[in-house]
Amino acid sequence: MIELRQLTKHYGNIIAVAGLDLHIEKGEIFALLGPNGAGKTTTIRMLTMLTKPTGGTALINGYDVMRDLDRVKKEIGVVPQHMNLDQELTARENLELHGRLHRIPASRRQERIEELLDYVELRERAGDLVNKFSGGMKRRLMIARALMHNPKVLFLDEPTVGLDPQTRRKIWDLIRRMNSEGMTVLLTTHYIEEAEVLCHRVGIMDKGRLIALGTPRELKQKVGEVVVESFGGKDTGYKLFPSRDRALAYAGQLDGNVLIREANLEDVFVELTGRKVGD
Amino acid sequence: MIEIDFYTVFWREMVVFRRTFVKFFASRLVSPLLYLVAFGWGLGRGIQMNGGNYLEFVVPGIIALSAMNTSFNAVGVSLNMSRLYHKTLEEYLIAPISAGAFVLGKVLAGTVRGLVASLIILVLAFVFGAHLAINGWFFLVVILTCFLFAALGVVAAMTINSHEDMANFATFVILPMSFLCGTFFSPDRLPGAIAYIIEVLPLTHASHALRALARGDGLLPVSLAVLAGYAAVLFVAGVMVVKRVR
Repeated sequence: MIELRQLTKHYGNIIAVAGLDLHIEKGEIFALLGPNGAGKTTTIRMLTMLTKPTGGTALINGYDVMRDLDRVKKEIGVVPQHMNLDQELTARENLELHGRLHRIPASRRQERIEELLDYVELRERAGDLVNKFSGGMKRRLMIARALMHNPKVLFLDEPTVGLDPQTRRKIWDLIRRMNSEGMTVLLTTHYIEEAEVLCHRVGIMDKGRLIALGTPRELKQKVGEVVVESFGGKDTGYKLFPSRDRALAYAGQLDGNVLIREANLEDVFVELTGRKVGD
Repeated sequence: MIEIDFYTVFWREMVVFRRTFVKFFASRLVSPLLYLVAFGWGLGRGIQMNGGNYLEFVVPGIIALSAMNTSFNAVGVSLNMSRLYHKTLEEYLIAPISAGAFVLGKVLAGTVRGLVASLIILVLAFVFGAHLAINGWFFLVVILTCFLFAALGVVAAMTINSHEDMANFATFVILPMSFLCGTFFSPDRLPGAIAYIIEVLPLTHASHALRALARGDGLLPVSLAVLAGYAAVLFVAGVMVVKRVR
């Protein structure tokens, strides 16, 4: 369970996160969505104690990230956005280092390493130096490393950025599997379809604030489930409608080509933030 | 639990050290070999320093400066890269270990590397025919020198925010010490104010203490105290800057 109350981060005059209130249930897969610079990574960094909040509180399974540092560190696993494996160590040594840092006794540590190497399918490459690994293998090893100490809550910052479609699906399967075993997952992404297929609930952030919160379905209902795309002039026009009839009526008045389709999270996102992801 | 945690940090460094030992060994051979050839055979042949030959004068200085350079670079450069570029420092920051354990592990690993580099020079010096009196105090002074410069490496790596400025720090702080702190000549030949500044620097005490011991003159307690003082202050400073990093 993750609980944020008025969580705030200022960098000088810049407000990165502006009073975030959020409650994430145990066993949920929750995605934070938002354009670049919306404050997603800063939020994760505060929850994983890499950055000190300017104000507000954050509790993870009841432990305060400002005060109960060592308790929180036991509860959470972290997969950062950038590749931060130790390149001078092998895959197995990376896991071993993490296990030692969390003071897992030697025999239990060895068991867990073997278990996780199988879990992320890296057994054959376990003795190779990490700098010889592909992007997908590195990402999987980072997930295995985060799981070494059996955390209850997993943070993944852009877990599939820069990966090919096959590898992305593999990571998704891994996340679903961990979740089915009881893990609470908080991830950030700008891939809308990732949030849509993977997550129970989604929070959309913009300029440091949470501007929408709900299941993907709820969010689509909120802005309109049917989209009319019109291709007149230079730009494509998008308009969202609560029902197919209303969309059809609107489309009838338009000149040029028109496409009527179901809304997706991307439409919700653009409607709410007013820009495309990645601006 | 600090005893286990510092060993974890140290263990990681030793895994990498073992793996890259041949490269380390070869690279640590080059500069002392050049110093010994240039100053021992080339320049130093026939020069008498305080009644001994120049080779025996210069070897303790070369050991002091190699201990400094190796320990400082081993910790400073890799920790700076780990913090700014590889981001591997985060792995330690999100682990339940204290700043003290982290710094102690890193500094001890740097000390080991500096000590090995010093041993390489000692062996080379004997090959070159130097007669040096080596005892336990000699190694204690080498270890203290390594420790304090490894701790300086932590402080520099955690406070300097680019690789470029890290190189600048080495150029403005480490390099002048290499040449001026009693390594190749006695600083008492320098003009008053400069000699005074140099007398305060840790490497001066390292080379003085090592030279006195190698000559068989015994321990210089003041120098030992100065080195221990620097080691303690820089270690505490290292712990403080690691604590402050969040």
